[in-house]
Amino acid sequence: MAVTILFLGPLADMAGAESKDVEAPLDWAGLLEVVGSDVADQLTQERVNIACDGRVLADKTALNAKDGDEVALLPPVSGG
Amino acid sequence: MKDVRLLTEPFIPGAFVGPFTQANPGLGGVCTFVGEVRPNKDGQGEGQGEGQGEGQGTKDDWGVEALELSHYEPLTLPGMEALADEAIARFDLMGLLMVHRVGKLRVGEPIVLVSAAARHRRGAIDAVDFCMDHLKAAAWFWKREKRADGWHWIEPREDDYADLARWDKGP
Repeated sequence: MAVTILFLGPLADMAGAESKDVEAPLDWAGLLEVVGSDVADQLTQERVNIACDGRVLADKTALNAKDGDEVALLPPVSGG
Repeated sequence: MKDVRLLTEPFIPGAFVGPFTQANPGLGGVCTFVGEVRPNKDGQGEGQGEGQGEGQGTKDDWGVEALELSHYEPLTLPGMEALADEAIARFDLMGLLMVHRVGKLRVGEPIVLVSAAARHRRGAIDAVDFCMDHLKAAAWFWKREKRADGWHWIEPREDDYADLARWDKGP
């Protein structure tokens, strides 16, 4: 098992993929290392959120993803 | 009654609003908003989403070939459900219908439908306004449009964020 990182919206273009599997566990520092510098720059901005296992993290730097978790990177939204 | 849906295929708003109205006997008023993919200013070819501001297009409005809405399954529908619950409580609604499309859309297709039933008109009208402001700038959707030079991601305008902030100040 591993941690699956999902790139939502424009982050998928930036990452060049919609998802990426990495070794568990995965914390904030580890995430910034594996996503590439462009996406990492976005992640450090306040307007980008992170969900782990289907829940949006109140403090994304507290990320602690385990085997089988899905980590979704959520850029600013636009609906309607 | 609360009816919240994510749809992957085109829909006919009336087919939802009719039964919704019937399901809320004794209501005083129903308010409905339907957002559609807007045609270009010149009325030819295809356009972009309702989300880009009705009637205040720029040159970027020209030459849009398609609109695509993506979402994140674990968050999007639960988020819409929570928004609906909040609106029902805040505006004392009898019922709320909220339908949002995902996937690829063409000009003229409905993107979003919100319909609120209440005993008094003000609650119904304000509830729809509240839900639309949140769906446009605070729900888990990502929107992009295809023009001749490729796909472009759309972010809410400053006006959309300002509209959303109105609701923080209390009704």
